[in-house]
Amino acid sequence: MELIFEKSVESRRGFCFGASDVPTQASIPSKYARKEDALLPQVSELDVVRHYTLLSQKNFSVDTHFYPLGSCTMKYNPKFTEALASLPGFRDLHPLLAQLAGGERWTQGALQVLYELEQWMCEMTGFKNFTMQPLAGAHGELTGIMLMAAYHKSKGNTQKKYVIIPDSAHGTNPASAALAGYETVSIPSNKEGGMDLEALKAAVNEKTAGLMMTVPSTYGVFEPNISEIAKIIHSVDGIMYYDGANLNALLGRARPGDLGFDVMHVNMHKTFATPHGGGGPGAGPVGVNEKLSRFLAISRVVKRDDGLYALDYDYPESIGYIASFYGNFAILVRAYGYVLMLGREGLMDTTNHAVLNANYIMKKLAPYYKVCFDRICMHESVFSAKVQAARGVHAIDIAKFLIDQKIHPPTVYFPISVPEAIMIEPTETESKQMMDRFIEKMIEADILSQRDPAAFSKFPMTMPVERPDEVKAARDVKTSFFLPAVTDAA
Amino acid sequence: MEIEENYLYTKEHEWVSIEDNIATMGISDYAQEALGDVTYVELPQEEVEVEQFEQFVSVESVKAASDIYAPMGGKVTEVNRKLEDTPALINKDCYGKGWIAKIEVRDMDESTNLMSAEEYRNYLESLGA
Repeated sequence: MELIFEKSVESRRGFCFGASDVPTQASIPSKYARKEDALLPQVSELDVVRHYTLLSQKNFSVDTHFYPLGSCTMKYNPKFTEALASLPGFRDLHPLLAQLAGGERWTQGALQVLYELEQWMCEMTGFKNFTMQPLAGAHGELTGIMLMAAYHKSKGNTQKKYVIIPDSAHGTNPASAALAGYETVSIPSNKEGGMDLEALKAAVNEKTAGLMMTVPSTYGVFEPNISEIAKIIHSVDGIMYYDGANLNALLGRARPGDLGFDVMHVNMHKTFATPHGGGGPGAGPVGVNEKLSRFLAISRVVKRDDGLYALDYDYPESIGYIASFYGNFAILVRAYGYVLMLGREGLMDTTNHAVLNANYIMKKLAPYYKVCFDRICMHESVFSAKVQAARGVHAIDIAKFLIDQKIHPPTVYFPISVPEAIMIEPTETESKQMMDRFIEKMIEADILSQRDPAAFSKFPMTMPVERPDEVKAARDVKTSFFLPAVTDAA
Repeated sequence: MEIEENYLYTKEHEWVSIEDNIATMGISDYAQEALGDVTYVELPQEEVEVEQFEQFVSVESVKAASDIYAPMGGKVTEVNRKLEDTPALINKDCYGKGWIAKIEVRDMDESTNLMSAEEYRNYLESLGA
């Protein structure tokens, strides 16, 4: 398909401005002014509409296809939450209004959403308070680690230097800890996919500021030693951080606050069905227990004795603002609607089905693909395509095969400690029929890897872009369609 | 899986060859195979001091970015600039032209923390490689 620049025809216009009827005065010094016209496509409005409509139709998305991308929780987002976020009372509200004198009276509905969502998040996770401000999961992580640092500062724990992170963690964990000024110590996993307790004991000392943990882990398995781990970390006054990336496997069944964690973030797009990817916008609320509550970001929404909701800034030990206004409010409205619609039983059902679906796929594929951890999985399962790789068919080849079957490939090559990893997360929103079709295609891929491994080099054959040369794309970077190739990757 | 007999190895799959007090290092055949096609190598600065097993290089492939650790502590005296333009040298000749850095060794006793070729072969077998 052509780029919009290639559709450009000299002098074609989408819109023509009339002559200006106000006096113009050049305010940009001539030395900064452009000498020649910008290289913009010269196209009509219809050209633009057709171009982008056709592009959008090539999208491979949850709304069009099965998308079992492990670790990403690509579940279907019900459309009613979009309608809620579009209500004029939410959509057109000026964010400053609540902060003006008397403005609270005109923003009670919005403040109530923030207040009640915080209450519900606390109830679901076992924490005392939440801040809704963080703009994404990773931003929530940074906020959580800043709270950890504020806690140690207030206690005079000046020797705290290290944050402990298991080797299976998402890469954002060490990045967040480093950004907040801590060094990180990596703990290896044991054969069951849990944390190696002996290695943990050896690594913990008075310099340990805390531990960041994803439960279930990125291997999709539950950590059975959480209480023991919490005891070890708390014995040196460390903070237990719960990475909520996989909260969708626990919601309604167990609460991080009850398991010994002190602080957590929630990736709203995974557990509470808000929009995914493409830069968001996201939301990564952070919850804390009594220990960390006074450091939480401001402003906080409170319910006054007269029943009105108000913004409260009176927390002298707060880490302050970590985002403008109240975070991504419209995303929080969607999550609020989702929780309200499903209710207690409904949310527990999503968890049950997410775990049941993942185990169904694991059992069905186990005879064909090597299961990494031979135990009941949580919301996702990790396979290794080692057997197929020995035939010359690698995880990436199986992924490309699936694209032709109109299935988004599972995550491949993550977690990186698993060779030829294939990580499958069906989510709760898929039907048994859809999963059976996926299982059938995965089995077909295994059979084909025995009969004709060479066939895989041609997949995908049905897409607008066929097999790209990924190595060349990374080694020989070409960043502009019009300019000569820029080959120096550095 | 090729293992160079005269080199020493780490659990993180770096190799090192020590002559006089200069340790030349790179990554093993197992490591380059596991990484796949290497697309970028972030080299350390020359003259920088590193501790044994400290992360000092990162290697990116189509699959992942991986940390590379110093097999011996000391001062980095030379880095393989050819990897900047031709990272594929690591895939083609990991024990030769794909070397990554040379380190002036501070404490020769640190080599007792490394594995011989034979020990590394057994280690790989224990990993199921």
